[in-house]
Amino acid sequence: MPKELWKGNEAIAEAAVRAGLGAYFGYPITPQTEILEYLSRRMPELGRAFVQAESELGAINMVYGAACAGVRVMSTSSSPGVSLMMEGLSYIAGTEIPAVLVNVMRGGPGLGNIAPSQGDYYQAVRGGGHGDYPRIVLAPASVQEAIDLMGLSFDLAEKYRMITLVILDGSVGQMMEPAEMPPMQEAKRKGFDWATDGAMNRERRVLSSIYLNPHDEEQTNFRLLKRWKDAQASEVRYKEYFLDDAKYIVVGFGTAGRVALSAVREARAQGIKVGLLRPITVSPFPYEALDQLTGQAEAFLVTEMNMGQMLDDVQLAVRGRVPVEFYGRPGGVVPFHDEILDEIHRIASGPLAVQSNPRESWLARMTA
Amino acid sequence: MQKEIIIAGFGGQGVLFGGQVLAYAAMDNGKEVTWIPSYGPEMRGGTANCTVVIADREIGSPLVKNPPLAIALNLPSFDKYEELLAPGGTLIVNQSMVDRGAKREGIHVIMVPCNEIAEEIGDRKLLNMVAVGALLTALPEIKVEDAEKALEDHLPARHKHLLPKNFEALKRGFAHAQKEWDKAPA
Repeated sequence: MPKELWKGNEAIAEAAVRAGLGAYFGYPITPQTEILEYLSRRMPELGRAFVQAESELGAINMVYGAACAGVRVMSTSSSPGVSLMMEGLSYIAGTEIPAVLVNVMRGGPGLGNIAPSQGDYYQAVRGGGHGDYPRIVLAPASVQEAIDLMGLSFDLAEKYRMITLVILDGSVGQMMEPAEMPPMQEAKRKGFDWATDGAMNRERRVLSSIYLNPHDEEQTNFRLLKRWKDAQASEVRYKEYFLDDAKYIVVGFGTAGRVALSAVREARAQGIKVGLLRPITVSPFPYEALDQLTGQAEAFLVTEMNMGQMLDDVQLAVRGRVPVEFYGRPGGVVPFHDEILDEIHRIASGPLAVQSNPRESWLARMTA
Repeated sequence: MQKEIIIAGFGGQGVLFGGQVLAYAAMDNGKEVTWIPSYGPEMRGGTANCTVVIADREIGSPLVKNPPLAIALNLPSFDKYEELLAPGGTLIVNQSMVDRGAKREGIHVIMVPCNEIAEEIGDRKLLNMVAVGALLTALPEIKVEDAEKALEDHLPARHKHLLPKNFEALKRGFAHAQKEWDKAPA
């Protein structure tokens, strides 16, 4: 198929349709409304289900219902709307059924603003909803990657019977890039052996997240964790740039990662041995790749559009062996590449110490 | 090769579509391209701008602080991007909407009366295409014919009757800017 110029949000919508999306439930919120708007035309045209719910709470619980019936289902929202969905998300996790939720993140906390942000990393990766549950989180940095990851998100959700979140900042949603769509898949239920899709001529099935006996709930938690171990072993994805001989390693996801790429290229042109690792799955996180890179690295630089959230995961991988430094722009500010280039210069001119909390020295530099 | 372009003006001046024409033309020429908008508080009447990056390889940042190329369709955009332009860069200014000449040395400021040219063609909304045509004098990677073909291939069918005037706007903008370049001291 030839490349077309796609806007991120519309590309996500069409890619989900192509992946066999059977039902969509959502509620408008900037900067993701184009997804809902696009699907409000597209889904009925294909005879598939589209409902603009009365609220985000309604939408996520409709997702819950459709997921129980074995339908490929998703919702999309932006930060404050995603917060409203957390109860439902936890129920879906506890019921061990697949569902996809896209968060086009905006500046926060609170009502915040509608500018691009990565402030919901913790919420996505650490859980957000109550209870102890793992979740797969994909973080596209371009329109093509967003398209590719939409298909993957459904496959992974179904393979691991797990929530898959796709988190992108508003700029990926609003950006246009040439991209290629995958072929169209039918929206067909796959006859999952757990789905409550009509008990004619078979035993009835019950799907629930209630385990009143704590020992049963404990077994459920163990089951979730075992499944998560499989996902960790097989599903880590990331992209490497200039890492072969890199002494300084920048780590950034989504837009912060691609802004860092511009800085890394310019630093390379100046003769600085710097590379970039851009996680594509932020959960499971590429701990092992970073662990191995710690052998060659003199220092790491984590760049994010928040106050240092993925930073924790990089520090978990590096385990204090070499300095990990941080540069972030929270609140809806997108960094320019020269800001990250300045940080690369600072790190390459050393000396640096291993700090337990690199946010403190970052904050001191930012507010000096 | 990588070129960054910022197009800035009031909402309603066709800033975003002007950038899309460049993006389509770049894509059809086999380039990597990103187009990213940013709005002021309102879509109409506020300031709007978009950044287009054209390259031969995977594009890093879709935003740029100091672009080598920019179009300023109104005075606030002229004030802003005359300062921010990269040294040696080219700024196309909609002369119809500004009341001053260039201040900064070391950059090329090309004045084009986009509104008047568009009105002469018979549609004042074409001012963005006049400016894009002018910009192409500093962007050899995209020819006027490439921009025309992009419009032809990607404009919705219901707008196809507007093509001849759009083509004229591109050509007139290009020709006017070319004359300004010829006048400028080497």
